[in-house]
Amino acid sequence: MAVTSRGAARVIPLAPAVVLLALFMLGPVIWSFYGSFTDAALTGPAALNPEWIGLDNYTALFGDPDFPKSLWLTVVFVFLSAVVGQNVMGIMLAGLLRSAVKPVRSIASTVVVAAWVLPEIVAAFAAYAFFHSEGTLNAMLGGIGITGPDWLYSTPMLAVIIANIWRGTAFSMMVYSAALAEVPPELTEAAQLDGANGLQRLAWVTLPVIRRSISTNLMLTTLQTLSVFTLIYVMTGGGPGTDSSTLPILAYQEAFKFAQVGYGTAIATVMIIVGAVFSVIYIRALRPEVD
Amino acid sequence: MRTARFLIAPVTAVALALSLGACGSGGGGSDDGTIKVAYQKFGNFTQADELFKDVKADFEKANPDVTVELVPIEAQQNDYFTKLALMNRSPSTAPDVMYEDTYMIKSDVEAGYLAPLDDYLAEWDEWDQFVDGAKEAGAGDDGKTYGVSMGTDTRGLWFNKDVLAKAGLPEDWAPKSWDELLEAARAIKESDPDVVPFNMYSGKPQGEAAVMQGFEMLLYGTGDTLYEDGKWVLGSQGFVDALGFVTTVFTEGLAPTPQQALDTNIANTVQAEWLPEGKVGISLDGSWVAGTWLESGNAPWPEWSEKMGAAPMPTQDGAAPGAVSMSGGWTLAMGSGSSNPDAAFEFISMALNRENSLWFDVANSQIAVRTDVAEDPEYTKTNPTTEFFTGLVDVTHFRPATSDYPKVSNEIMVAMESVMTGQQTPEEAAAVYDEAVTGIVGEENTTQG
Repeated sequence: MAVTSRGAARVIPLAPAVVLLALFMLGPVIWSFYGSFTDAALTGPAALNPEWIGLDNYTALFGDPDFPKSLWLTVVFVFLSAVVGQNVMGIMLAGLLRSAVKPVRSIASTVVVAAWVLPEIVAAFAAYAFFHSEGTLNAMLGGIGITGPDWLYSTPMLAVIIANIWRGTAFSMMVYSAALAEVPPELTEAAQLDGANGLQRLAWVTLPVIRRSISTNLMLTTLQTLSVFTLIYVMTGGGPGTDSSTLPILAYQEAFKFAQVGYGTAIATVMIIVGAVFSVIYIRALRPEVD
Repeated sequence: MRTARFLIAPVTAVALALSLGACGSGGGGSDDGTIKVAYQKFGNFTQADELFKDVKADFEKANPDVTVELVPIEAQQNDYFTKLALMNRSPSTAPDVMYEDTYMIKSDVEAGYLAPLDDYLAEWDEWDQFVDGAKEAGAGDDGKTYGVSMGTDTRGLWFNKDVLAKAGLPEDWAPKSWDELLEAARAIKESDPDVVPFNMYSGKPQGEAAVMQGFEMLLYGTGDTLYEDGKWVLGSQGFVDALGFVTTVFTEGLAPTPQQALDTNIANTVQAEWLPEGKVGISLDGSWVAGTWLESGNAPWPEWSEKMGAAPMPTQDGAAPGAVSMSGGWTLAMGSGSSNPDAAFEFISMALNRENSLWFDVANSQIAVRTDVAEDPEYTKTNPTTEFFTGLVDVTHFRPATSDYPKVSNEIMVAMESVMTGQQTPEEAAAVYDEAVTGIVGEENTTQG
């Protein structure tokens, strides 16, 4: 009896959070999942009485030539900007800043964190102004006599990937700074005494010790990047054509530009699955051994 | 811990699903004492805003117990439709009166957003002033009237006489075919490489403007059409040719660069800056463009009537009737959820009475749909191009009046964007269009052109 009432007492503080999550997270997710099996639309007869159409949205989606392209662009975007870009840059910066002198450290980390502090829409406009054909980048290139291309038009994916690395690296850097600070110095010192060089110490001592942070950080950045919308929408609008339409842009366009909400939610459901696949891979690949 | 991580994964990934899911319905509704009026206000288009501000003042004076809440939606055309549709989905935000494009009416009637106005119109003694075409434009598929027309429009070629003169083209330039139009554009390019010879709207960011001012002005000049005898025409040569024209102007550099053309603000830029500054030679655009340059407009340009000329858009090879135009127009409609329909209609009838219609038609360079306005000397005198654009009514076409049109229109934007960016050839883009339209309307509703 005593145990049960203690259990109940422990649940009470959690209840508001659980209720809020169910209401504002789970509810819309279920609604969206349900919506993907209907022909819900913003206008026309289907807006009044959406009908259950089974898997029609999914059949149409998998038959749509834009979809494999969009899926591929999403994977490229997530892999290059989050998995490679933000993580590698983040761990490098964290490592370098640890050994830097204090003023350098504070200035450098302020600059990096500034991109993270900016609201997403502001960061997106800054990136737009930077990559625009008459923007900062081309003005700087012009200064040394190079006529830069119109980045947002001729290399839209490159531009949004670099912008996302710029914006997101601070997060990884902070996670890795914290993780590196936790590496016991006696381990690296011991390795040093055994004659391990810097690279060997990183590969065989530091990385294994912080692998949990790596897996958590990989997962967080991947999922954040998977749902990046504002940055791409402001910079390229998913264009030109569909050359930078990742899944969130495609879903927005179908649901709100082309008024097919049901079809848009089907794309959102596919995004959930892509995100789940990524997470399972991370958890399997970096499964922490008992230690 | 592991379960927790499994939870984090999907939960974070659905940030977008969340925003999609958030458009459910809510409670409430505007109370009897308030009517909500939703309309577009974007870039150079500020005339509706001015009109409704005036009408609000008059209306509240006449009805002290009713407050008018103006909801200007600052969004480009396609986003305006989206925002309006989202507002209409929830009773707490649904407007009582809305500024509604004629081509959205049938579709929005079927969505249950609009209320029929027949009972009110029967008692409105000014309704017989509206021409029949305007009455039809506001009708739903069920034959009832849902929108009261604010004016109609036609489309043609605007040109800057100075730019054309530099290229050796006459002041009364009027091309007889697409080839003559292209030749003129090439001549302008040669005379001044910094000028954009020919502007047409194209691609998804321009929305319906690309489809109607751009594509359909071409297609309806080929002898082919989008929709015939209740069926959508697929595989027509005219469709491919029209896309071919788009390809030509964008790949030859006769039009703005694709990156400029895909900027959501290009229409504002062309009308308010490039044409007055002589940076564009010819622009395929609507009769209302002059409204921007009037004193009441967003970019007044007193010399416009001397500097600008207008010519009809020619048919592909000059075939009869030699010119082509498209007509649309906007209406005021009443929301189906209005809790105070009497006041809503009173607002509509006040906004579109003789005096206000006259003001709006003049300020926004609309073609009047009220006979008493069309005869008014103020209407015929203020704007020297009114007569020209009114004359185009003889060769004008209307968009397919079906509720599927907005969806098909989206597919045309996609086709235009893919050819202007060189991602597809006209034939490929036309094939993609055919497949998409078959998917939207069903094979039984299509025919081979």
